[in-house]
Amino acid sequence: MAEVEIKNYTLNFGPQHPAAHGVLRMVLELDGELVERVDSHIGLLHRGTEKLIENKTYMQAMPYFDRLDYSAPMAQEHGFVLAAEKLIGCEVPRRAQFIRVLYAEISRLMNHLMNVCAQAMDVGATTPMLWGFVERETLMEFYERVCGARMHAAYFRVGGVHQDLPEGLEDDIRTFIKEFPKVLDDISTLLTENRIFKQRNVDIGVVTQEEAMAWGFSGVMLRSTGLPWDIRKAQPYDVYGELDFDIPVGLNGDCFDRYLMRMEEMRQSMKIMEQCLDNMPEGPVLSEDPKVAPPRRTEMKTSMEALINHFKHYTEGVRVPAGETYTAIEAPKGEFGVYLVSDGSSKPYRCKIRAPGFAHLQGMDFLTRGHMLADASAILGSLDIVFGEVDR
Amino acid sequence: MDNALKELAAHIKAELGEDITDTNIAHGELFVGVKADGIKKVLTFLRDDSSCKFQVLSDICGVDYPERAQRFDVVYNLLSLKHNQRITLKVQTDPRTPVDSAVSVYPAANWFEREAWDMYGIMFKGHPDLRRMLTDYGFDGHPLRKDFPLTGYVEVRYSEEEKRVVYEPVSLTQEFRKFDFQSPWEGVEYVLPGDEKATEQG
Repeated sequence: MAEVEIKNYTLNFGPQHPAAHGVLRMVLELDGELVERVDSHIGLLHRGTEKLIENKTYMQAMPYFDRLDYSAPMAQEHGFVLAAEKLIGCEVPRRAQFIRVLYAEISRLMNHLMNVCAQAMDVGATTPMLWGFVERETLMEFYERVCGARMHAAYFRVGGVHQDLPEGLEDDIRTFIKEFPKVLDDISTLLTENRIFKQRNVDIGVVTQEEAMAWGFSGVMLRSTGLPWDIRKAQPYDVYGELDFDIPVGLNGDCFDRYLMRMEEMRQSMKIMEQCLDNMPEGPVLSEDPKVAPPRRTEMKTSMEALINHFKHYTEGVRVPAGETYTAIEAPKGEFGVYLVSDGSSKPYRCKIRAPGFAHLQGMDFLTRGHMLADASAILGSLDIVFGEVDR
Repeated sequence: MDNALKELAAHIKAELGEDITDTNIAHGELFVGVKADGIKKVLTFLRDDSSCKFQVLSDICGVDYPERAQRFDVVYNLLSLKHNQRITLKVQTDPRTPVDSAVSVYPAANWFEREAWDMYGIMFKGHPDLRRMLTDYGFDGHPLRKDFPLTGYVEVRYSEEEKRVVYEPVSLTQEFRKFDFQSPWEGVEYVLPGDEKATEQG
């Protein structure tokens, strides 16, 4: 039989596709069913966050960070307040630091639950998603109880957090920590030894250490190659340095490793949460320096100076000394960095948001090359992409 | 921490003296100004030198200072996993002068440079694929420049008559307002319109 010239086929994946995790459009060049090239078109959710932040005071800019990676809102807030605190050079009360770490870890749980379950759904397993979201709802309730919102919390402040924990919340978080491992075990029973799940994930989307570093990967993506790099350990912020937890690392750098690592990270997060609850001291939760944080409500009702101070905080805002900083935190998805430039006024001169997903999605091209079309969604699932932060 | 950074700064200065304009340590971070034509050399050195090993490129971004002749800063944030250090490099350029692309040194630079081009109009020489990244297909202008209005120039809506999305000039019922909250006791200068001419002549 004569050889037949086969023409490459170009396929448009998304922007409206349930496995695209939002609004990703990928132009896939296919040779039969093998992917030869991926051209990701992003920016369909671009809202100009950085431009908006330049026109807002530091306090007004903070809620935009909830809207970046909306599966773990408080982790982003953490990055921004740390950057601003570095420029101002203010002290954060210890209780506030513990609360922030506690909520950063709750965010990590929320993120990993969503990702693990969505990754399972991408390869055809629907049950984990339903189970995971029940637990996620409990976590969102913890969000709601401290700040009144399930998702877009706006809870962290430069100099601490907005409110102290309400009564009874600690006990409920402890109950959750006690019961949640059972759910993780259940999900793990469904997935870890599942033949179909393994067939779809083992040896798919393999990253080597060199590749991971060259492409700027971070977080789980980097650790899956065996590099024990976690900013919470390497460059600790808030009280992470005093807490005892382990960093899971992968061996093969494939999608299955990343799933296992996220499961283990959730268990470690619970360990951190428990330590936060145990060691949390009493005391203020927001800086008492009138130059940094507005006065308390009760004070405002009785003192004229406090009222004026409050007014200045909510109109002009805090004037931040001129300077610049690149502050990175370990967000659930990887290194979330904020490059903040201040010109001495009460509005950021420039606030560049370095989203981990942006670098990871860039790697989609080399990760998917040579894989089958169906693997593209499995790889995308394990990259942990959320478009709020990629497009900003 | 600061001592290690000082050592690093001294080492970089000794090795690459002619390409470095200044070094500065603030908030426990090292900022290094680099001459535009030396950036590729500096990046390669920082990646490969055994006492630097900045193998991860965290970020590239632009910053706009319209009052300067070379209005843009291109900021490179590097991370060394080996030495647990970060460094920030800054290069100055203007809209007409391209900066050498870092893609051949760090593949990760690809999208970051595309974004800087999209947002600021900074050109990168030797970039394999300098397309727009985040803005709409067919977008005009560079939105993060300080002279680009916050509201933009066009707005979109779905037109029922034409059965497609149409672009129209922005019409706002109320202009975007910027309030001046500066305290009059803290040295604000309120220049009355016309007054600036008097000072120019005097």
